[in-house]
This record gives sequence, C-alpha cells and structure tokens, in this order.
Amino acid sequence: MTGSDILEVTHLSMTFGGIRAVSDLSFTAGRGAITALIGPNGAGKTTVFNCITGFYKPTTGMIRLVHDDNRDFLLERLFDFRIAKRARVARTFQNIRLFSGMTLLENLMVAQHNPLMRASGFTVLGLFGAPGYRAAERAAIDRARHWLDRIGLIARADDAAGNLPYGDQRRLEIARAMCTEPALLCLDEPAAGLNARESEALGELLLSIRGDTGTSLLLIEHDMSVVMGISDRIVVLDHGVRIAEGTPKEIRDDPRVIAAYLGSDEEDAVAEMEGSA
Amino acid sequence: MDYFAQQLINGIALGSIYGLIAIGYTMVYGIVGMINFAHGDIFMIGGFIALISFLVLVSIGVTAVPVVLLLVLIVAMATTALYGWTVERIAYRPLRHSFRLAPMLSAIGMSFVLSNFSQVSQGARIKSIAPIITGGYTLFETGGFAVRLSNIQIFIVLTTVALLLAFSWLVGRTRLGRDMRACEQDQTMAALLGVDVDRTISMTFVIGAALASVAGLMYLLYYGVVDFFMGFVAGIKAFTAAVLGGIGSLPGAMLGGLAIGLIETFWAAYFSSEYKDVAAFSILIVVLIFLPTGLLGRPEVEKV
Repeated sequence: MTGSDILEVTHLSMTFGGIRAVSDLSFTAGRGAITALIGPNGAGKTTVFNCITGFYKPTTGMIRLVHDDNRDFLLERLFDFRIAKRARVARTFQNIRLFSGMTLLENLMVAQHNPLMRASGFTVLGLFGAPGYRAAERAAIDRARHWLDRIGLIARADDAAGNLPYGDQRRLEIARAMCTEPALLCLDEPAAGLNARESEALGELLLSIRGDTGTSLLLIEHDMSVVMGISDRIVVLDHGVRIAEGTPKEIRDDPRVIAAYLGSDEEDAVAEMEGSA
Repeated sequence: MDYFAQQLINGIALGSIYGLIAIGYTMVYGIVGMINFAHGDIFMIGGFIALISFLVLVSIGVTAVPVVLLLVLIVAMATTALYGWTVERIAYRPLRHSFRLAPMLSAIGMSFVLSNFSQVSQGARIKSIAPIITGGYTLFETGGFAVRLSNIQIFIVLTTVALLLAFSWLVGRTRLGRDMRACEQDQTMAALLGVDVDRTISMTFVIGAALASVAGLMYLLYYGVVDFFMGFVAGIKAFTAAVLGGIGSLPGAMLGGLAIGLIETFWAAYFSSEYKDVAAFSILIVVLIFLPTGLLGRPEVEKV
C-alpha cells in the first residue's frame, strides 16, 4: 500500500456455507480517485461492498481505510453505524433505499446525524434550543440545500422522496451519502436503470464530486460507458477472484478481460464462463 | 342531551388517558415491530411513582397545588422513563435479532415482573389518595341535571393537548424525530448514515414511558386510586386503541384512545357498566376483522 491509497483490501475471502463468494482478493483504491469494481453477475462485487460496509464479517482478510490525517481503521472490526461515523464510509444500493416517506430535505438531514448529535449535546442541549445547536442545524440545512441544488432537485425539497422519478431517486441517494461527508463513497450500480443521457449526467456528477470534495469513490457498475469514462483504475473480478487490474485502457486491451467479459455481451459472457467452470 | 354532554366530557377525559398510553404502543411497534406488552405496567409504575412523589412532597411540607403537580409530573416522567429504558435494555435489546416471537414473550414476562415487583414492594391493596384537584364548573343545568366540567378534567385535557403538541414537534421537527422516522423505515440504511439505531430505539422507549407516566398520574388524580394490577386492563385497552387507530400511526393512537374512551363511557352510561370492557374489546375484534390496518394505518409493506 502506498501513501496515496485510501483503501487497502488484503487477502479478503468470504465463504457462505460451501460457496466462496470472494476468494483471496487484494486490491487498493487510490485517494481522491475513482476505482471501479467490475465483473460478470455473481463475481462477488456486492459481497466485497458488504464486507467493506460492515454487512458481512469477512471469513478472512483485512480491510484497511486510511484518512487524510493518517488515522487508519480496520473496517472488518468496526460494527454497524461506526463504519459511517468513525471511518466515514458511505454507500448507496443497487435497489434504492431512500426513506421514502420522508421529504428530500429530511433524507439529507438524517445523513447529518452525527454533527447534529454532537452539537445537540446528545439531545439535551438540543431540546432547550441551545445557540450552538441552532447554528449546527442551520449549517446542516444549508449543506442539504447545497446538495439538492447540485442534483437539480431543490424545487422539490419538501416532497416525499418516494414520489420522485427513478433517476432522481438515484441522484438523491448519492447526495444523501455525500451529506455524511464521507472519506470513501461506495456506489453499487449507480447507473442501473438509467437511460444513456441520465448515465452521462451521472458520470459528470461523480466526476464533479471527486473534483470538488476530493472524496474517493469505489464503484460497482455494469454500464461500461460510465466505467470507462470516469474511472482512474479498474479491478476486474470473476468468480470471486481478481483477474485483472489497471487503467481503463489497460483493461480494455487485456485479453483475459476480453475473454471473460468485455468481448461478448454480458449474458453471453456469463453463460460462457459458467460453461467453462 | 344534558346526559349526553356529560358523558362526552367524561369520555374525552378517559380517552386522553388511553391515548397517551396508546402512543407508547404504536411508537414501539413502528420502530421495532413488536408489541410491548409491558407498556401497560409502565403506566402502572408511573401511577405509583406519582403517588409516592405526592406523599413525599406533602410530608416535607410542599402544599401549593401547581408546584406539587409540576414536581410530581417531572419526577414521574423521569423515573418512569428510566424504567422504560431499563426494560428495553435488559429484556428486548438482547433479543433484537432473535426469532420474531422472542421479544414478545419477553415483553409478557416483563409485564409480570413489573406488576409483581409493585405488588411485593408496595403491597397488594388498592392505594388511594385524597383528591388534589377539586372543584369545577357547572356548564348548564336543565331539569335538575347539571352538566359539570371538573377542574381535573380540564387539567387532563389541557395536559394531553400540550404533550401532544410537544410530541408532534419532537417527531416532526427535531433531529431525534427524524432519526426515529428513519429507523422506522429502514434501520440498516439509517445505521449506514451513521445513526446509532440502538440508541434511537432506547429513546423511543424512554419517550413512550414518559407519556405513559403522565397517563398514570392522570389516572391517579382522576380516580384517586392505584393498584399493582391496573396496568393490565388499561394497557390492553390502550393497545386496542392503538390497533383501532392503525398501529404505527401516531395520530391514529390518539384518535383510537379517544374512541375507546368514548365508547366505554357511552356504553356504561346507556347500556351497562358491567359490560363496558366487553364493548371495548368487541371493538378490537370488529376492527381486526373488517379494518385490519385501523382508521389511519397503512397496509403493511414487507421490507426486502
């Protein structure tokens, strides 16, 4: 691991019963970079995400996250909300998980729980409307409005999140994750279900997030136009094993990747690999 | 007409008490999806703590009624909230990820623990207290029947309204309220955004217990008695109220509470007071058959 890496995954294995979803996987994600994790369906990409964000405890292996100030966190040892709170890892889901009954603004406010919690003196001061808490609440609303503005949904701030069209929900989920001020943002198929124009806009949004906030991004994506267009590095998984790693150009030219994945259309590739296994 | 007006007043006062307890049931159901059967006993504990605080205050010579009421209210809410927190911590949290029936069984057990604890520590006899809020107004009088609005009824309704306003502000406008609603919808996602779900659930129990303790205090003032077993029937009725209003819905709980209070009062007034509980529970059965989501409830959506 070099000093410029934010995330280091070492010898990660995850076994479910007799099935090895991820097998001895090692890779790194650069600080302030966009790293894509690609591979056919069932390659273990989401399992890796679930290990990083604490849903699964890895069978073996180490997941180390290093902040700008060199503090490091072993994610496999952090539980539950502490991964978001201490290590500052945020995540979005393949199937959108907004708080659909709450407004857009409220969704983004929940994401700022921790600064507000500190400012409210663990609820007590907040109840009495202490000035510090009011200021923090205003700052949180400003940040939420900033992100709503950025994803073009400021006009709908007080609508229920569940009433948004699909593409807007995707962007809202990203904005919500960004409101936690993450050091690492993990996006699980952010372009799924988007049309070509929306995918392009998504790519631009992700690039601008990286450019403006310096947040490191880790991305699972099937849409190759997005992956090739914005990634700094790509890690290719197949059957839980890393088969290639490199820049988009290297990956595009890698014969193993072409054979396994890119050369044919995705379903054919899966069928081929299942045939050869 | 006069008789009807009088029963309406009585029913609203009683319904306010049920409503405050029902909110605790519905909140807990909303956030952890279990029926906290010990909640009725938390209400009973609230009544006892109110009684004990009254006696202590009077014995140290505090007699100004508003001061006494305020102090008792604060002490009862704080102490009962602590009970609510403790019950969640020792009886429910360890079973959070267990099979679905486990916390419910634990809740029934906790209900027995609390009522038996009161029986052992406070005695099995009914405890009574002299009326603290007395007097009232005669609204109108016709044919020898006076419709009276007593001060205690005014106190109950005003306190309930004030608590409901504070409570809806808490749920709708504060960080804690947002966290609670977020946890209600998707606990995993809330945790991923850095929300301490366990702590939020604890706070739900604390708030529910505090509201129930106020109901306990009102019951004590209204009827002048408490006993270790009163939590059972009151709890089941408040649960009925929560189901009637639509379990998980906060306005529904209050509405259901008022409905149960009115049904019970009118039944006792016009038919038979022996069968008033039967009337209340028949409502539960009818609601479960014809309106399973209650008056304001949403249909249950199974989460993936």
